[in-house]
Amino acid sequence: MSTTLFIVQILNGLQLGILLFLVAAGLTLVFGVMDFINLAHGVQYMLGAYLAVAFFGLTGSFAAAVLLALPTALLLGLLLEVLVFRHLYDRDHLDQVLATFGVILFINEAVKIIWGAAPLNVPIPDVLSGSLRLMDGLFYPVYRLAIIAAGLGVAGLLAWLVNGTRVGMLVRAGATNAPMVSALGVDIRRLFMVVFGFGAMLAGFAGVMAAPILSVEPGMGDTLLILAFVVIVIGGIGSIRGAFLAALLVGLVDTLGRSFATDVMKLLVSPSAATNVGPALASMLIYILMAGVLFFRPAGLFPAGGKA
Amino acid sequence: MSADIAQAVRTPLRRPLDPRALAVPLVVFAALALLPAAAAFGATSYVLSLGARVMIFAIAAISLDLILGYGAMVSFGHAAYLGIGAYAAGILMAEGVDDALLGAGAAIAASGLFALVTGYVSIRTKGVAFIMITLAFGQMAYFVANSLSEYGGSDGLTMASRSTLLGLKLLKNDLTFYYVVLACLAGSYLLCRAVVAARFGRALRAIRENPVRMAAVGYDVERIRLVAYVIAGMIAGLSGFLLANQTEFVSPAYMAWQRSGELIVMVILGGMGSLVGAILGAVAFLMLEETLSHLMEHWKVVFGPLLVLVVLFVRGGLTGLLAGGKRHG
Amino acid sequence: MAEPILGLSGVSKRFGALVVSDDVSLTVAPGELHALIGPNGAGKTTLIHQIAGSLASDAGRIGFCGRDITALPMHERARLGLARSFQITSVVPGFSALENVALAVQARSGSSFRFFGNAAREAALNAQALEALETVALAARADVPAGLLSHGEKRALELAIALAMRPKLLLLDEPMAGTGREESLKLVALLASLKGRYAILLVEHDMHAVFSLADRISVLIYGRIVASGAPDAVRADPTVRAAYLGEEAA
Repeated sequence: MSTTLFIVQILNGLQLGILLFLVAAGLTLVFGVMDFINLAHGVQYMLGAYLAVAFFGLTGSFAAAVLLALPTALLLGLLLEVLVFRHLYDRDHLDQVLATFGVILFINEAVKIIWGAAPLNVPIPDVLSGSLRLMDGLFYPVYRLAIIAAGLGVAGLLAWLVNGTRVGMLVRAGATNAPMVSALGVDIRRLFMVVFGFGAMLAGFAGVMAAPILSVEPGMGDTLLILAFVVIVIGGIGSIRGAFLAALLVGLVDTLGRSFATDVMKLLVSPSAATNVGPALASMLIYILMAGVLFFRPAGLFPAGGKA
Repeated sequence: MSADIAQAVRTPLRRPLDPRALAVPLVVFAALALLPAAAAFGATSYVLSLGARVMIFAIAAISLDLILGYGAMVSFGHAAYLGIGAYAAGILMAEGVDDALLGAGAAIAASGLFALVTGYVSIRTKGVAFIMITLAFGQMAYFVANSLSEYGGSDGLTMASRSTLLGLKLLKNDLTFYYVVLACLAGSYLLCRAVVAARFGRALRAIRENPVRMAAVGYDVERIRLVAYVIAGMIAGLSGFLLANQTEFVSPAYMAWQRSGELIVMVILGGMGSLVGAILGAVAFLMLEETLSHLMEHWKVVFGPLLVLVVLFVRGGLTGLLAGGKRHG
Repeated sequence: MAEPILGLSGVSKRFGALVVSDDVSLTVAPGELHALIGPNGAGKTTLIHQIAGSLASDAGRIGFCGRDITALPMHERARLGLARSFQITSVVPGFSALENVALAVQARSGSSFRFFGNAAREAALNAQALEALETVALAARADVPAGLLSHGEKRALELAIALAMRPKLLLLDEPMAGTGREESLKLVALLASLKGRYAILLVEHDMHAVFSLADRISVLIYGRIVASGAPDAVRADPTVRAAYLGEEAA
């Protein structure tokens, strides 16, 4: 392994972390404000990717696809909110889990009917194609750099929204003490629709951006959703800052683990054993990380409520 | 969970055994025992194999009901135990050990160990975090199975044959296998029933309703939950062993997270916290799956909304419907 | 003076910048009924939580029967004989009154890791539970689910649960809160009958009850103990009169 490979993998890890953050942010806010666990949040990510495919097919332009896919993802999210999720807020977590599970089954299958089960793809737009030379012998795809940049931009915007605006203040207060916020006369349902729509759009955005580099297929949101859960649990439920840091951590650990676990294992055990154990260990790393964090801090690294 | 409380209030615990409470399980088990005889008139092997499959999932559902219905632990990673049990059977077979008792023992032990380790971490957290963490650990098991290149990786592992019992190929016969599975189901059911009524189960049920109160009278709440979690994992491990033997195939798909969701659906469909309800739920779910998937390729597009409607409007599951009452709410 | 059952020294708790328990020291002697009074928000319930173990203390030491229990979790403190009643009634609503108490007996006597045998029919557990229910005059309601008992009956049930633990110390957080006049009189009579048999730390707003029952009274204001002594001395204490009793009288 070389330094360049290492740097490339760090960038890949960051890029995965950014995507994870975009999905986890909406999830953790929705949970923080409404105490609502939405398994179907990953579906928003998948829909974003499929919408990018569909609108690219219609317009032939990636930029147009992004501009059309985002509001459509938002609309679909709000539609789900009105039809299903809204009726689940005062139910217990078990009901929420079951109903949103039903939504996932439906949408994954509907996507199969509309677009088929085979993986689809969107070409990388011309402007962002090619690779950038970062240093001697180190080239990195421009598009992936663009994802990292766009993600950081969105994270910055989110930080400003949450910390610098009135809605953001309400969201933070709601995550800490929801009954108090509604006692202050805030229409918590409307607040939630805003938060929910925003979260759905972030996840959709992640899906749109992932469409050119990952295969777009049914169920792609579920895997990412579970990773987002790991992120939220590590970061502390309801905490945006925690979600951001934990997302980068999980992205890096997972990516670096997959690239280097076998090599590292070769230092410890025989090469053939390392080839067998390495991949298994790599796939366990983030969960071991999660277990470790929980062991020492059951409420995560940055618990939102402030009380441990 | 006020719904459980309302349900518990309706059934005082000290009254002598209600004959009706015995009637449902007796009917269910009698029907399962007689199924092969009835099947003799029709497509025997199909009915036997579907029946065994239903019972195998019923065992897993019962074990989930023990922690979900009686312990209020919403585990979204229960399919992992099904998979671990199955892999224990498959790997032992691949390594040349084909004795059923050894296989089942290994399946139970491996599942128990996984439950102990992951449960120890998960149970320290509360509510929704528990759901996410069990889901995450389940996914971990799934990915590890995928990376076991020596044992088939993502393609899965075909078993040379079914396990042998005392050196004899008894399980090869579908009828024998059916009754072995039935015996395992009856055993799991009776075991869970005993556990729930015993001191341990009483503490577990009381903790479900008021954990702080129970800690204040001296119960180690986390430890009791953990032990229940491990018992449930071990029973589910047994069902995994049976599943591997039935299909003579082991695959990471056994522990896909959707499978965990389906197990929860079975328990809820049957009405949680009644054990026999878990059996009914498994029967209902798998029959529904069987029927719908014969009718159309994309049956989930119907089943998904159906599930949403059931959650929103029909509360209390099948046993609730049978009792003629709606869950409160 | 005999070795105290409970001894707090320098116990503190803060939530962020808010100091809720500020360097609290107090003792409860064997057989003593020690009352803790103070205006709303003085930190009485927080202190009870710290003693019972449902809140960890930031500083200080809590001794119980000669042991340092500062770091013990709640259930271990309970097993040592520290029984509490809750400010907001806390019973297991779906279980009968008898089973609520039997659960306490079960926790104390022998293992709860028994997986066979019907616990609800264990005669030894039920007999002791019934005895505790008789003490609080609730035996007639033994089979009623706890969730369906009246508020006063739930209060009495909490006491029965605590007594069934064969406690060395009763930690009672406003046992009279929310009860009607008649029920409250019954509870006072019950507490009077328990007095001397158990060491009791009582938090209560009913001043009549406190001054008629307590051997010793400590006054907690803004998390600090400002006065401690015999009822008459506390009643006469000018700080207490100004800061607390004065308000009550006004």
